[in-house]
Amino acid sequence: MLSITLSLLPAGIINGLMFGAIYALVALGLTLIYGVLHIINFAHGAMLMLALYSAYFLFKVLNIDPYVSILIVTPASYVFGYTIYRWGIGKLSGGRDQNILLITLGLSIILENSALFFFTGDQQTISLPYSYESFDLGFLYLSYPKLISFVASLIICVLLWMLMTLTDLGKAIRAVAKEREGARLVGIDVEHVFAVTFGIGVACLGAAGCMLLPIFYVDPYTGNIFVIIAFTIVVLGGMGSIVGALLGGFIIGVTESVGGLLLGESLGQIGISLIFILILIFKPTGIFGSKV
Amino acid sequence: MKLPFRSNIFIALGLLTAMLAPFGISSKFQLDVLTLIFFTAYLGQSWNILGGYAGQFSFGGVMFFGTGAYTSSILLSSFGLPPIIGIFAAIFMGALLGLVVGYLSFRSGLRGSYFALITLAFAELLRVLANSVEFTGGGVGLFLTYAPGLYNLQFTSPTGFYYFSLILLVISLAIAIWLERSRFGAQLVAIRENEDAAEALGVDTLKCKIYAIMIMGGMGGAAGTFYAQKYLYIDPPISYSIALSVEMLLVTIVGGMGTVFGPLIGSFVLHTVNEIARHFISTPGLSLIVYGFILIVIISYLPNGLVGLFRKTRKNKENDDA
Repeated sequence: MLSITLSLLPAGIINGLMFGAIYALVALGLTLIYGVLHIINFAHGAMLMLALYSAYFLFKVLNIDPYVSILIVTPASYVFGYTIYRWGIGKLSGGRDQNILLITLGLSIILENSALFFFTGDQQTISLPYSYESFDLGFLYLSYPKLISFVASLIICVLLWMLMTLTDLGKAIRAVAKEREGARLVGIDVEHVFAVTFGIGVACLGAAGCMLLPIFYVDPYTGNIFVIIAFTIVVLGGMGSIVGALLGGFIIGVTESVGGLLLGESLGQIGISLIFILILIFKPTGIFGSKV
Repeated sequence: MKLPFRSNIFIALGLLTAMLAPFGISSKFQLDVLTLIFFTAYLGQSWNILGGYAGQFSFGGVMFFGTGAYTSSILLSSFGLPPIIGIFAAIFMGALLGLVVGYLSFRSGLRGSYFALITLAFAELLRVLANSVEFTGGGVGLFLTYAPGLYNLQFTSPTGFYYFSLILLVISLAIAIWLERSRFGAQLVAIRENEDAAEALGVDTLKCKIYAIMIMGGMGGAAGTFYAQKYLYIDPPISYSIALSVEMLLVTIVGGMGTVFGPLIGSFVLHTVNEIARHFISTPGLSLIVYGFILIVIISYLPNGLVGLFRKTRKNKENDDA
């Protein structure tokens, strides 16, 4: 019994890494928004769900491959995020943190139930021509969708990292994250930067949604499954850290996959909560975080 | 702080109305809605003690509720202990869980979002555990037998549960009024306003916060017993539902944090809005969309909660008088 489990271990780890990359993408959006705006976006899951449905309908109606839809859904998500922050959340909350929390909560109620109303509660999946083709690694067959999702997630993480470190926009975002009043004084349009950050965070979800669709399902509540995992990753990697989110995503992906293998489907999930609690108690700043 | 004489009269009148309500309300449905309003207000108050008065937001308040529900239900189904005693075991377990979670997180200095998230993680951890071990009935859940009687805290009519929830509500209001008047409550408020300053002034902030989360835990535990005896079924997703954690903070923030009547007002308004929306719109989803919009409107126009509405007008009046 144990030897069978052990022989499955490498496959479990690889599988965990594949999912981990997508988790990282979801967590990136969360960590960016938290790092700059210092708010927890409760509508994160609902927005991921929206991205999944966008990719789903692009495939069903226009027959666009979800991996191609990344190029459509990601910019659209950015515009959605920017707009909803600039003329919605930012204006309505009056800048109070607990109110932002509740407004994103209200938004998630609206989005989830709109999805329920328009798309019904049925789980939807898609099947691509190459869904069942796989790549032989010798000890395991890796399905193409998982492989593509993995590589694409990594590319997006690198692009985001470059945006944040190499461009003026990235510099402005980091400045606002560190010291918003100071940034305002040197002439940065803080409200604009907030909205841009929110937009980028939602854009990450757009990309994640497209990559998740071929290997998962979508219903009005899908997003919530990923949000708790994303919270764990953000805390594990350090709030606001891009590298931390990526590393955290891999750790959580592997923990979940290997935990499920060793402890069974139900108890296997306990690894995530345990890591979460241990990190918070012993190193609340996370692996790459700087301050509590 | 002493409540003015006029407020005391209002409280007495309100209590009298609530006690007589079942004689005036013939509809079982309406009585059930009122029970639900009181129950949510009670849970909101438990959240308010730690979140509103002490300023420590939690996203996992449901963990005490679920633990209490399992405690009294397992004691009943496995050992035959009547819930009227079991509810005290539930309170004890809730407070104990509060002690553990509070000690672990406050001792390591977790504040703000970090504290909020760790409570969420504990609730998730307990949900997974309850789903995986034998004695909770795992994913199948626990069914309780229907045997009405006071010792079982089960009642044949909604009126019984109405009074049960009213008693819980009154106790929670009494705790909040006590906080408003006591030294301990003042210490919690000092922690909320500026923890470092409170510490410097000699407030044992760690102890105060742990006491606060233990009170919250005990209250949550009793709520779990109430729920289990009313609905006679619990399972991990119900007992540790994130939605209930959210509802606790929602009614409190909408009503007004750190106030005695905030959770009750919030619960009353949100449930009423929800019921009205449900009454007029029968399509699934649509009524909750309306609810979400109303929620956002309330928050954007009343940043201090509904209680702030009364306070503001009173202050304006005072200004006019002067």
